Order: sequence, then C-alpha cells, then structure tokens
Amino acid sequence: MNFDLNDEQQEIRRTAHEFLASRFPPSKVRELAEARSYDDALWKEIAELGWPGIAIDEDDGGQGLGVVELAVLLEEAGYACAPSPLLGSAGAALVISAAGSNEQRAEWLPKLASGEATGSFGGFGQAANGEAEGTLFCDLPTADVVVTFHHGGAFLAPASELDFETIEAIDATRSYGLITEPTGDPMPGDVDGGRDRLAVAIAAELTGIAQRTMEMAVEYARERQQFGRPIGAYQAVGHRCAAMLLATEESRSLSYYAAWTADAEPESLPIAAAMAGARAADAGWQVPASALQVFGGIGFTWEHDLQFWLKRGRVAGRLLGTPRDHRERVADLSGLGSGEPVPA
Amino acid sequence: MDLTLTDSEAAFRDEVRSWLEENHPGPSPEGDDQAEFGFRRAWQKRMHEAGWAGLSWPEEYGGRGATLIEQSIFNEELARQRVPLPANVLGLVMGGPVVIAHGNESQKERYLEPILSGDEIWCQGFSEPESGSDLASLKTRAVKANGSWKVTGQKVWTTYAHEAKYCMLLARTDQDAPKHKGITYFILDMDQPGVEVRPLRQLTGEAEFNEIFLEEAEVPDENIVGEVGAGWQVAITTLMFERAGLGAAAVMGLKRTMEDLLALVRERGLDGDPVIRQRIAELQIGIEAMRLGSLRALTQTMKTGIPGPEGSLSKWQWADYNQALTELGNEVLGPEGMRVGTDWSYRFLRSRANSIEGGTTEVLKNIIAERVLGLPRLR
Repeated sequence: MNFDLNDEQQEIRRTAHEFLASRFPPSKVRELAEARSYDDALWKEIAELGWPGIAIDEDDGGQGLGVVELAVLLEEAGYACAPSPLLGSAGAALVISAAGSNEQRAEWLPKLASGEATGSFGGFGQAANGEAEGTLFCDLPTADVVVTFHHGGAFLAPASELDFETIEAIDATRSYGLITEPTGDPMPGDVDGGRDRLAVAIAAELTGIAQRTMEMAVEYARERQQFGRPIGAYQAVGHRCAAMLLATEESRSLSYYAAWTADAEPESLPIAAAMAGARAADAGWQVPASALQVFGGIGFTWEHDLQFWLKRGRVAGRLLGTPRDHRERVADLSGLGSGEPVPA
Repeated sequence: MDLTLTDSEAAFRDEVRSWLEENHPGPSPEGDDQAEFGFRRAWQKRMHEAGWAGLSWPEEYGGRGATLIEQSIFNEELARQRVPLPANVLGLVMGGPVVIAHGNESQKERYLEPILSGDEIWCQGFSEPESGSDLASLKTRAVKANGSWKVTGQKVWTTYAHEAKYCMLLARTDQDAPKHKGITYFILDMDQPGVEVRPLRQLTGEAEFNEIFLEEAEVPDENIVGEVGAGWQVAITTLMFERAGLGAAAVMGLKRTMEDLLALVRERGLDGDPVIRQRIAELQIGIEAMRLGSLRALTQTMKTGIPGPEGSLSKWQWADYNQALTELGNEVLGPEGMRVGTDWSYRFLRSRANSIEGGTTEVLKNIIAERVLGLPRLR
C-alpha cells in the first residue's frame, strides 16, 4: 500500500508545475482571459510535451500512461488557471478511448494526442420542467471533435457538423459553447467508463484551483495587518483557512483515488468518480469563495487575480452536472438505489 | 501510487480476519458495567494468549513488532467485525508504549506483562477541572518527601479509574519553572488511602468517566517515567503515537454506523427522499475522504517515521461526521429518537463529546493553521 505519487509521477508534476509557472504567470492568464483567447504557440508547446495524449494508448498515438498521470497534469493546469484547450481535448480523448468504435478511435485519437486536433465535451439532461437542457460544452468554439452525452449514451461528431453558439461564460480563461441538439454517431463502447474518467479529470483540475486559492489566501493572511497584527492571527481567519485545507485535501484524496481506480481497479471507479466529482466541485467553489472573504475588498476588484480561479472553479464544477447530481449517484451506489446494499 | 495490499499485507489481513472470525467473543453484555468489564478482561486475555495484544510493541517486550500498515489493518478488522475493546485499552495504546519509550529496565520488567494480559488496568490522569485544552497549566502538585512524592490535586475525565491499578499521572513538581517544564510523569498506584475515585455522570445518564481526588497520595521515586520535569515531553510523544494506526479503526466505526443508518432509512421507507439521499451521500463522501486521507497520512508516516500534524484533520473529520451521522439517525427515527435508552438516542447524545474529547475541534484547527499552514500563533 502506497498512497503517494511514484517517482515518475512526481517528475511529471515537477515538470508541469515549472512549465506552467513560467508560461502562464497570472499576467498571462489575465491577458488571455481579457482577450477570451488561447495562445496557439503555447498550445503547440503543450502538445510537444505530449500532454493531450498522456492517457491515450500508445497504439493510438499517445503516451500510454494512465488517468493518474493525466490528473497530475490537470491539477497543475488548474493551479495555474492556464487558458488552453487541454481539458476539452484530453477529456474528449478519455471518452473516445473508452467508448469509441475502432473507426472513431483511429480517426480522432492520434490527432488529439498530437494536439493537431482539439476536442470538446458536454451533455444533455432534463430540466425540472421536463425539457432537454444542455450543459456548457468545454472548449467548444475552437474544437474539431465533440463528445455529447445524452440519455446514458454518447455521440461523436466533427465540430463542423454541429450547430453551436459561443457562450461568454463568467469564466473567461476557457472557451465555452452550447449546442442546440445532440448530434453525431453513437459511441458503441463503455460510455459510463468514459464519463467517469472525465469526471475524475475535472475533479483533478478543481483540486488544483482549490490548492492555489488556499495558498493565495494563506499568504495574504500572513501579511495583511489589521488592528496591529496579521489577520491570520485571528482564529476567525485561521479556522477559515484550516477549513480550506480540509476541503482541498478531501478533494485531492478522492480525486487521486478515483484516478487510480480508473487505471487499476475499474470496478470501484463509478462510486469513486461520483464522490470525487461532488467533493471537488464543492471545494472548487467553496475554497476560492472563502479565499475571497480572506482578501476582503481587494479580492472583489477586477484588478485582483483571484477572480480567474473563482470563476473557473464555479464553471468547471458544473460541467458534467451539478454536485447534487454527483451526490445523487453516490446515494444510488451506496445502497439507496434499486440494487443490493454495498458492504463496508 | 498503488493502493492494493502487498502479498504480505494481504496475508496478514487474512490471518487477522480468520482468527477474529473463529474467536469473536460475541456482543458485550449490556446494562451491567461489572459484567461488561469482566467480559472485556476475558477477551483481552484471549487476544494476549494468541499474541495479538500489544501488536505494535516490540517483540522483546511481548508484542508483535507490527508495522504501521499492519496496525492499521488490524484495527480496521477489529472495527469491521465489531469486536469489543480490550479491558486495558489505555495501558495498551498509551501506558505500555510510554514505558517502552521512556521507562527504565526495571519499569519495563515490572509493568509491561500485566498490561498485556489485562491483569493490571491503567487509567490516565491528565485533564483537570481548570486545565482542559490548556493542559500544561495543570495544578496538581507533587512534593518531594524522603525518596517519594506526595501528590495533591484533582483529575477529571478519567476512564476506567474505578477498575485501574495504575494511573499515568501528570503533576507539577516545580512551581517556578515555565509551565511546560515543571511537569513530571508518574505511575501512581490507585490502591491507597490518598486516592478517591468518584464516578462522573455525563449527560447521557451513564458514568463512563471518573473524577480522581488526590490528597497526599504517595508515589515512590522509582515510579517516575523519564526525568523529573520532563513529563510534558513524555506525555506528548505518547499522544502522537496514540493516534498512529487508529485512523483506520475510526473510519471503520463510521462505516458501521453508516450501515446501521442505511438500514434504518430503508426500514422507514425514506430511501427515496431526496433530502435524506443528499445528506447520506454527503456523509458517504466525507467518510471515504477520511479513509483515503488516513491512508495518505499513513504512507507519509511510514516514510518519515513520525506522525505529522495532519493527523489533526482526521480527528476533526471523525467528530464532524460522527455527529452528523448520529443526528441524521436520530432525525430519521422521529419521536422514537427522543426516547431515553434507545440505541440511536444514546449514540446521538454521546457523539456531542466527539468534538471535545481528545482535543477540541477548535484546538485542532489551531494546530492545522499554525503547524500545517504556517499562520501566526492564533488567539
């Protein structure tokens, strides 16, 4: 039993952390967010590092590593708040890998792995009034291929065949769109497995967002003086920071465990992914929101960088359904569904 | 990253599991404290004879020298099979390890075997009425007199004091030293005129704890553990190791409570209630996050050899989740949950102490803020 990254995974983390810190400092995040665009040259660099294909099989042109390695990269991408189509592309590739036909895999995975094509994903559910309701599709405006979840199945379509609308989301560090109806060829494989892996990928990014905003708040609480002492010396602030750590660590534990089950123990993946999805979505919103309270007025200004993580965390936590949806699935899989109770 | 057990870890788990299945003593007798304690003594004896008592103790002192992961597996199996606690739980997890770490050879010779067998029960005299979270402010004092010490003061929240032969006692031996430096760690013989034990009735109605009144109680020099004035360090190392390996058992306890809650929810036909489903799911997620966090902490402790301050997170999680679980159980029961003496009304009331006993949640948050996050000293 060893619940820690191995040496190779630590190395991936170190490399990703340094690369993202140098290419996407907060000033670059702001520049790209205010322009609502990605930097093609930086995407080319990311592609050359092999990130979009890290979890794609070597036979399909990828690096053949696992969901754990992808989670490491995405946690760092969330930490940096890096504007790039990485989540859409790597996410679409996870679903195509699990659920795509041989033709679909052959057509798209090599191009996604090399970064020559980018991907997007999203889904349709049912709103309370009974009408079909689409989620935001991540990285849709720039995507070449789109995965659409609908009624327990998934469809794959070239973006050129879709009617879509670009959405200016509150999160400007990523591009989003809406499609009018589910379109494309059905994906014949393990759609649930693909969707679960995608939920884990998103959870990893949210963990990075929580980690970074916690660090920002703690650093500020150490320095900011009011009433003659650092605000971090007040229990009201210190205990808030402790709660941020707890939320972040819970999110991290659940995300990495779920990533590990995807690679090593797939029978445990469904509930692990639902748990990670729920807790990471909560942490990815609550921790930045709590950080904003620590910052006080300055955190509410446009000038302050916290807003980029805060908004991205809110949107990312709702990409594949709400935390409530994830918890509903947990309840179902915990013995409150139609099936037999799961023994402890 | 590899969360599967190694072959030897899995073999250990199988050995523990099958031994417990064959030797499980059944449920403890209820309603008679004497009978219950006797039952637990007998259970400890059986564990000791099979070599399971003092699992983490070195082999030379009668233990098994188990690794942290083995301790964790063992405690998890105990909780999984709802095995009763051994009678001398404080001697096994605190008294013995302190004597092993800080005691001299004659103390090891004298005290360890009867702790393992359960023949001599130990209790812990740390907290005082005026010294709860600020333990180092304790006032019980020991005065030197001809090769022994006379101890006067009051201790509170002492479990098993009425059954105990010995008490791990912290007392102030130097009134002038800084508060952490003037404390000495004694092994007090409970069987003497200067020691009076009174049961402390708690809001659940039962008396799980005691108060100890000390009036010139005598402790010979040879019953000091470590140096005079070094009692705080001796106590702290014990407290740190007390929790090592216990996380898994705490998680398994929560899982057992969750199983009972799920059964109750189904029995009451509330399994389709959307609010109950959300609350159950939230708790399932919390318990699983605690389980995984404990495994991560265990991995770190095995690498560094020392449990880190992150252990405070588990204690906080455990208190929060157990309180939320028992509140929900109590709520699901409706009017029946308001009746004295039912299982859920007891658990619900008892859990209120979880965020106080063994370190209040507020103190744990202070530790996390200061020692993990590096914030200034909190006030």
